[in-house]
Amino acid sequence: MAIVKHEVVDIRSSDDVVRVRQLVRGWSLECGFSLVDQTKIVTAASELARNTLLHGGGGNLSLDRLEDGGRRGLRLTFSDRGPGIADIDRAMQEGYTTGNGLGLGLSGAKRLSNDFAIRSAPGDGTTVTIARWK
Amino acid sequence: METIPILRVQDCLLVSIQVDMHDRLAAALQDDLTNKIVETHARGVMIDISALEIVDSFMGRMLNNIAAAARLLDAVTVVVGMRPAVAITLVELGLTMTGVRTALNVDRGLALIRRLIDDSGAPFGDRQA
Repeated sequence: MAIVKHEVVDIRSSDDVVRVRQLVRGWSLECGFSLVDQTKIVTAASELARNTLLHGGGGNLSLDRLEDGGRRGLRLTFSDRGPGIADIDRAMQEGYTTGNGLGLGLSGAKRLSNDFAIRSAPGDGTTVTIARWK
Repeated sequence: METIPILRVQDCLLVSIQVDMHDRLAAALQDDLTNKIVETHARGVMIDISALEIVDSFMGRMLNNIAAAARLLDAVTVVVGMRPAVAITLVELGLTMTGVRTALNVDRGLALIRRLIDDSGAPFGDRQA
């Protein structure tokens, strides 16, 4: 699997969340995703960027355009150095929230992606990686 | 600060969201619309989201909250113009917009608002036909 393009952007404000949406839209166009797939990955990115901002106290997004054989994909890695998640299984449950949201961020982002991985520990921040393939 | 304009047409408020909203702007729209319902005695609220490329859980919650607050203030809310890709994504995201009525476009939205207002019946005499 080859990384053909890479970029890292900060997520420090709700304006950055908007910028993340626009950036991911542009990259998913370059990957040749269908309109529905573009919408799914941009929506997932919006959820995760907001999590990074609100729960992680800010962080960054690393974008990678991938090529694997003939497949093109977009991988997004959201990282923060916030308080971390003590119970990941619970955080993944639909409807579970520690904030005042709907608890759809993580579970929804997973459903909207082809690949999903999360790494977190209390005091050690959170990293969520999603990928969508054409 | 930028705001999303709210137009009044007869007893309805019309909003067309034309920008990619950051969360504060979405929250401000919720406040503005709720205040405007009371100020103008509006019976219907139509929100056009045809320009929105995505609706995530935060925006979905905002639309839900607007509809819920409007209902408490005796107004009906109809969301119009949702793009097909947005609808597909919302279902997969798991966001059920219960309590929000939708219509395909502005024309149908206005007709639906009219019908919902008429169905709700006239209260104690201060309603126009």
